[in-house]
Amino acid sequence: MLRYVLRRLLGAIPTLFLIVTGAFFLIRIAPGGPFDRERTLEPTVMENLNRIFQLDKPLWEQYLHYLGNLARGDFGPSFIYRDFTVAELLAAGLPVSMTLGSLALLTALLLGGLLGCIAALYQNSWIDYAVIATATFGITVPNFVLAPLLALIFGVWLSWLPAGGWNGGTPANMVLPVIALALPQVAVVARLIRGSMIEALRADHVRTARAYGLPTRMVVVTHALRSACLPAVSYLGPAAAALLTGSIVIEQIFGLPGIGRYFVTGALNRDYTLVMGTVVVIAVFVVLFNLIVDILYAALDPRVRYD
Amino acid sequence: MTDAAAPGPQTVSRSLWATAWLRLRRNRAAMVSLWVLGFYILAGIFGPMISPHNHATVYREFVKVPASLTAYPRPDAILPQAERVLSRARLTLDEIALDGETLRIEASSSREIDPRVTRYLDRSNLFSNARITETSPDGTRVVMEADVARVHFLFGTDANGRDLLARTLISVRISLMIGALATAVALVIGVAYGATAGYLGGRIDTLMMRFVDILYALPFIFFVILLVVFFGRNVILMFIAVGAVEWLDMARIVRGQTISLRRREFVQAADALGVGSGGILRRHIIPNTLGPVIVYVTLLIPKVILLESFLSFLGLGVQEPLTSLGVLISEGAKDMRGAPYMLFYPSLALTILLFALNFLGDGLRDALDPKDR
Amino acid sequence: MDDTPVLELTDLRVRFDSPDGPVEAVRGVSLHVARGETVAVVGESGSGKSQMMMGAMGLLAANGCADGSARYHGRELVGMPKTALDRIRGRHVTMIFQEPMTSLDPLYRIERQIAEPLMVHGRLSRRAARARALELLELVQIPRAAARMQAYPHELSGGQRQRVMIAMALANDPDLLIADEPTTALDVTIQAEILSLLADLQQRLGMAILFITHDLGIVEAFADRVYVMRAGRMVEEGATAQVFAAPARTYTRMLLDAEPEGRKAPVDASAPVLLAGQNVNVTFGGGVGGFLTPETPELKAVQDVSLTLQRGQTLGIVGESGSGKSTLGRALLRLLPSTGRIQFEGTEISVLDRRAMRPHRKQLQMVFQDPYGSLSPRLTVGEIVTEGLLVHAPEIGAEERDAAAVRALQEVDLDPAVRNRFPHEFSGGQRQRIAIARALVLTPDVIVLDEPTSALDRSVQKQVIALLRDLQTRHGMSYLFISHDLSVVQAISDSVMVMKDGCIVEAGPTAEVFSTPRTDYTRRLMRAAFDLSAVLAERAA
Repeated sequence: MLRYVLRRLLGAIPTLFLIVTGAFFLIRIAPGGPFDRERTLEPTVMENLNRIFQLDKPLWEQYLHYLGNLARGDFGPSFIYRDFTVAELLAAGLPVSMTLGSLALLTALLLGGLLGCIAALYQNSWIDYAVIATATFGITVPNFVLAPLLALIFGVWLSWLPAGGWNGGTPANMVLPVIALALPQVAVVARLIRGSMIEALRADHVRTARAYGLPTRMVVVTHALRSACLPAVSYLGPAAAALLTGSIVIEQIFGLPGIGRYFVTGALNRDYTLVMGTVVVIAVFVVLFNLIVDILYAALDPRVRYD
Repeated sequence: MTDAAAPGPQTVSRSLWATAWLRLRRNRAAMVSLWVLGFYILAGIFGPMISPHNHATVYREFVKVPASLTAYPRPDAILPQAERVLSRARLTLDEIALDGETLRIEASSSREIDPRVTRYLDRSNLFSNARITETSPDGTRVVMEADVARVHFLFGTDANGRDLLARTLISVRISLMIGALATAVALVIGVAYGATAGYLGGRIDTLMMRFVDILYALPFIFFVILLVVFFGRNVILMFIAVGAVEWLDMARIVRGQTISLRRREFVQAADALGVGSGGILRRHIIPNTLGPVIVYVTLLIPKVILLESFLSFLGLGVQEPLTSLGVLISEGAKDMRGAPYMLFYPSLALTILLFALNFLGDGLRDALDPKDR
Repeated sequence: MDDTPVLELTDLRVRFDSPDGPVEAVRGVSLHVARGETVAVVGESGSGKSQMMMGAMGLLAANGCADGSARYHGRELVGMPKTALDRIRGRHVTMIFQEPMTSLDPLYRIERQIAEPLMVHGRLSRRAARARALELLELVQIPRAAARMQAYPHELSGGQRQRVMIAMALANDPDLLIADEPTTALDVTIQAEILSLLADLQQRLGMAILFITHDLGIVEAFADRVYVMRAGRMVEEGATAQVFAAPARTYTRMLLDAEPEGRKAPVDASAPVLLAGQNVNVTFGGGVGGFLTPETPELKAVQDVSLTLQRGQTLGIVGESGSGKSTLGRALLRLLPSTGRIQFEGTEISVLDRRAMRPHRKQLQMVFQDPYGSLSPRLTVGEIVTEGLLVHAPEIGAEERDAAAVRALQEVDLDPAVRNRFPHEFSGGQRQRIAIARALVLTPDVIVLDEPTSALDRSVQKQVIALLRDLQTRHGMSYLFISHDLSVVQAISDSVMVMKDGCIVEAGPTAEVFSTPRTDYTRRLMRAAFDLSAVLAERAA
């Protein structure tokens, strides 16, 4: 098991390397540069800036330099947020994104799982239809529609909750963003669990459990739910990585200081290091959660082996 | 029990496609969705042509007017506007009245009135065809008439004074176009790639699928953003990029189908008959992968539309004067306190479209794969 | 002694709601099982025999409902609240099912699955339940029981899984064991072992057994009394010996007569050899672990098999699952890569590539086991039957092809009007006829028949065999008949090969092999297939 984790982590290094390399050159071959907007800069100042940020060197040298720094955990300075290093920016933003993301993930798991199970147990009843309708709604309404509507209704019209802002992480400020983040995931998880649960409840081994007079709780939880969880687990891996690394839309609408927005602002302003830093963080999360999914999967299903 | 010459139980023979269609017709949500979708397609194609406003026309007098069934300008807004306009002409307004679509003004001045005074009225977008109907002999008193242009803004206007209905219609056109084209790109790449991998099998399959796995690990939405940011905001590029992201699932589905079909005995039977690869693909594999592919395509279109709207929402999508539902929603969200209708109508248009596509996809899945019920 | 029956069904009905309206699966059946008695319910597929028991025990799918009466020791089970029913199910009445593969939860160890009912019903502690589970595994004669306790179901063979199911069933000393086709998915030798285990345990523990099966051989060897079921109704009941000796109903007689019959005379020794294989080997896997592909273990599916097939001959290949008989059949038709020489009418076909092989395919045809999977679901019957003509006679037009389809369908006794229909509209036997017509349309010399009757009910099986035999006499084809079913092979083939683990164990004229088997393995196979009662009796003694 430990060997498996180690091997997988080692195996992730080429993937990360590929992503970093791809992203690095993709950004650099694009037209424009980080200081283009400041047209007023004198050529000498420009030269100075380029020297400070080592943009005057050949591309491959910059690349090796960046890789070397990255290996030491140094993401370099930000080009637009001049007073900060990328590492500082990420360190400030990541906790916000991760707090919101993990809350949303938890909501999705618990609420989605519960709704899915109930719908499956009462298949074709009004409860089932209500869950399906809610889930379709959650999947269909895009978050950039849902989030402003939530802000408008609960923040502006009803004034129950703040319509935006982080406010140092006050719980009241988190409610709407978490709902907006979680609702689509709740919907997907509910649909997945409902489908696999219906299938599991029809499975022969669940029939065996019923034929042996096991109590309903045991039949449903021990024998049906465990196998019904498997598809949701594989779905939630990538979803968790996306949730925890912040959502551009949610951060923009609610005005939150997460890391999701850095990517877009960084890309628009050719802030090379900031874009790279975000890409690395996201890629690490994706790789990590794929690993977690595989370990969880193997823990849940003995037929899957570590190899 | 004899099984010999007895024909099938039904008197009318139905292919699996016909049976699926019958099942779909029984699904009310899917049928409603089909009609809604048809309406959207017609609206996307013909809507911008028959719409009274062009999506790019700016009505400077009607910036951010709320959605309404009654015409603009409002009667109570016309007279003050006319007074304001004519005050610049330094006229004394003796009487000003609105008679239907015609504004009637009696004005006087201490000096002789230049007939060109009507231009002041014409210059305002509210009035047209201003004319002098009567002039007093001394020329110091005139009666002017002008047509009042009455325009409807059913969805209101945006922050620049453009008709939101026209903009929504053009957005629907863009969304549907991008949905169809990007899905087609994903379909072509995905089916070709998946079918090749699945049909060839063995080491080539392993290699091809390993490549797909690596691509899955990449944060692809970010690469799309990068592409769009760096290589310009171009509708064509957009849907190629979106299609290039979304083909992965398609490739997996088609490959899985192809592999399981290859193991099926009817494919082996065709092999034993000496049917070549082409014949097997054409007669046995493709018709049987078609069902899941159709379902996936129906569900992919809303995903693509959503992705495009998302990029547009971020300001990375189509460019002015063209627009897209994402752009409209983004503009609406910025101004939701002052003009909630600007958020409301595009959101509603997008949501209904996505609902219709999702319900249709679900309905098709139930119809083509009935074991799920 | 109390003589209320352990189980008594009176006018039990089971109905399912389907999209096409309600379907009555069981239409009022009555039966009873006395203490310690072995009762069999026999019927063909779709007769409702399984649903009857599911209905009685409250195990129907969500869209099914049962009414009528089912009483356990006089207590009404139909409509009983679930908690009360759960005090009977798994404790006094236990069940084992047809699919040992899926009836156990794949996610839990054997130990836990046996212990669960013990802890729930017997209120044993976890530790006591484990100890009892081990005893039970030993009771059902699982080798190395202590080690197997920690195994997951997928690590056991089919026979072992069914033993685990039996251990679970016996855990709480039930009064009644309901066995729903418990041996159908198993090989005949394993079937004989499981049945003798059941008989043995019944003698020792004294529970009643209700045995649901389609196999009259098992009924005859195993049951005291028998009920014959057809289309949701009981057709006949009585003591087994009596029903078998003098069936009162024509349906029962038809079932009893459904044993395939007839023998085939050997072909003349001078008949030309059509198909010959020399040292044929088929190996799966064995891939060397590369950078991207994990190493796969090598599996020798067919080892050094040599055979000849003469004109007009029917060569039967028998063997249990995994013996390599189907692989051999496919390899001979060059549908799988193999080594060794394969000759067809003197041409070395083992060296031909796909394209060069194509002209020979006209002469070498194949019929598959699964009548549901071997017909392309989106083509009409006419298109399916004439597909081979598109390849081998591309010059003929649509009209001629249609005429060929009509002729081929008439040959297999199907109404030619069915050629515009789709395969899903036909029953299993009809589909197998279509598959045979597809092979016939090319007028081949050799047909490889891969378990063509295994998925069919006995009575349908018999008709298909009669058809095959009839076609052979009309066209003088040779058959390579692959089957696990010895009685079918005995009826249709004139010579036979017995395969085990990829090798030929024994070969010779059918009459000779069946009357005087030379190897131990063949003898065991024969006894398990033809002499089940003797096996059980021997075991009991």
